[in-house]
Amino acid sequence: MAGPPLLEIDDLRLGYATERGTVQAVDGVNLELRRNEALAVLGESGCGKSSLAKALLRTLPRNAYPPTGQVRLDGRDVLGLSEERFRREVRWVRIALVMQAAMNALNPVVRVGDQVAEPLRIHRGFSRRAALQRAAEAFAEVGIAGAFLRRYPHELSGGMRQRAVLAMALVTEPDVVVLDEPTSALDVLTQAAIMNVLKRIKQERGISFVLITHDIATSSEIADRVALMYAGQVVEEASAQAFFTEPAHPYSQRLMASVPRLDQDQPPAAIPGRPPNLLDPPHGCRFADRCPERFDRCSEPPPATTLKGRHNVRCWLHSKSRGATT
Amino acid sequence: MTSAAQTSPAPASGQSSLLDVHRLRTHFELRQWGFLRAGTVHAVDDVSFQLNAGEAVAIVGESGCGKSSLARTLLGLYRPTSGTVRFAGESLSDLRGGALKAYRARVGYVQQDPYGALPPFLDIRRILAEPLIVHGIRNRQEQERRIDAALEEVGLTPATDTRGKFPHQLSGGQQQRVVIARALLLRPSMLIADEPVSMLDASVRVEILNLLHRVQQDHRLALIYITHDLSTVRHYVDRAMVMYGGKIVEQAPVEELLRHPLHPYTEALLGALGDPDPQNAGRFRAVPGGEPPSLVTPPAGCRFHPRCPIAQKGLCDSREPSTRTPRPNHPVDCWMRE
Repeated sequence: MAGPPLLEIDDLRLGYATERGTVQAVDGVNLELRRNEALAVLGESGCGKSSLAKALLRTLPRNAYPPTGQVRLDGRDVLGLSEERFRREVRWVRIALVMQAAMNALNPVVRVGDQVAEPLRIHRGFSRRAALQRAAEAFAEVGIAGAFLRRYPHELSGGMRQRAVLAMALVTEPDVVVLDEPTSALDVLTQAAIMNVLKRIKQERGISFVLITHDIATSSEIADRVALMYAGQVVEEASAQAFFTEPAHPYSQRLMASVPRLDQDQPPAAIPGRPPNLLDPPHGCRFADRCPERFDRCSEPPPATTLKGRHNVRCWLHSKSRGATT
Repeated sequence: MTSAAQTSPAPASGQSSLLDVHRLRTHFELRQWGFLRAGTVHAVDDVSFQLNAGEAVAIVGESGCGKSSLARTLLGLYRPTSGTVRFAGESLSDLRGGALKAYRARVGYVQQDPYGALPPFLDIRRILAEPLIVHGIRNRQEQERRIDAALEEVGLTPATDTRGKFPHQLSGGQQQRVVIARALLLRPSMLIADEPVSMLDASVRVEILNLLHRVQQDHRLALIYITHDLSTVRHYVDRAMVMYGGKIVEQAPVEELLRHPLHPYTEALLGALGDPDPQNAGRFRAVPGGEPPSLVTPPAGCRFHPRCPIAQKGLCDSREPSTRTPRPNHPVDCWMRE
């Protein structure tokens, strides 16, 4: 695999202005996504994963400070582009988004077909007829009958609306689709059906996915690689194989142990404590307070360490300089 | 016309059960412009089951299967259309005034959305005082004592840290702990928890489930745990019932249900669920097509037949399946299981 990765996130930082100070939601995130790869960004509420998605699409709320660092698409930084160029060259043209609670993101008074066709008309200059034609193809691809193009959102079930929003993200044939909690509000069977659609699209179309989710089981449905975020930072990043079978970070291990499983006889174990306040995060390891394996080094920021393969972990336990005195 | 639960396992010790639900129906009239009859929602349709004191049971089903309507009927918030609910031998529909109030004190309720369940403009002390006041405990010191005990029991220690706060100052998990504390305040003998963890983060989910399990065990409470997620029933309840289209289609002790699902719907639910496993990514899951049935015009025969991979023409699509018990303690409503 030569050439630069499709998408590289380099030292991305992002904060929000609040009445009580700056919340550093994303604090020095490095990630890369290769072609036809699915990267799951895992984490609990408030870990910064949705802010990361919004920074990629530049759909941040007004109280966000401009992100710093780099987001490179095919080696070219897109974070520095003007809003106008970003809109014309990147958003929905190369990176599309399936929003959180997307079922409710559709405009209730516009026919579903017109909404799915809209990105083509705006970003690719299609006529209405041609755009609707392509929207019909996109509908077929996600498994909705073409007749539903002329329906309004309330006439579709939750699962169908979710498929329609997915069709909207695919219709311009972007290189990267960011999925922000695409199945969290759906029933188990609907969720499995949507994951099947995503798997098929990934196989057939070679699209790359960034899946933002708190649901570990769902992330394993599609991820080639997993990045786990905690308090604004990526604490571990590895292949799905390595992450799910031999997680290295104590937080990853405890999070895996907290998942209720059908196949395991011991009950799931909660992680005591709570994530730190991002208004004033601790200087050292952010998980140290809750970590049963902490030692004196943990009061300093842990360095990113690369284990074998592309397996990165931010923890003193794995650092070569763990024993060194300061 | 029977439903799986009519043959539900008899109370182990032979004494009568705490809760006895018999052929319960809760229907809602749909009206157009406020008066024209436009149909009937068969939200709970011929449901029967029993629950013993101290027993924990899960009701598993997808949205729109009637599980929340069932909970709200059991809480006395909806009036059943027909059938009976007996609690400690008394029929719920006979209860009026003071007796109904006393019933509500004996049944605690844990809602799905903790933030929606807590009035935003009252502090936690005031929120927790409310049920005590309603039920005649007006002595301020007694209130304080009970509130503090309840907060400490759910792990919000020290209680003095939480008492003066408003709901928005607490995390989702802490809010749900307050809701559980409130449900315990009047020392109920039964708890109904309707999707208590579906709005919470993964690691907090386990905390709350563990907490519910602990209080259930400590107080020997009967627990009805309503969920859409089969993976959260193991370890927390004794028995699970699967609900589809307003009916209970299968019930069994939890381990038995997970190991030997009999109803094709239960099989589908289990097949759609994944444990975190890197192998999942390469695997397409068998998912029945279609959507859950309309409760206004439910399908004839078995309500699952339009989506069922083993449905038989001329049988499943026309005749409602009777309850059979192919395995001990494991009744199922399916024509294809003997």
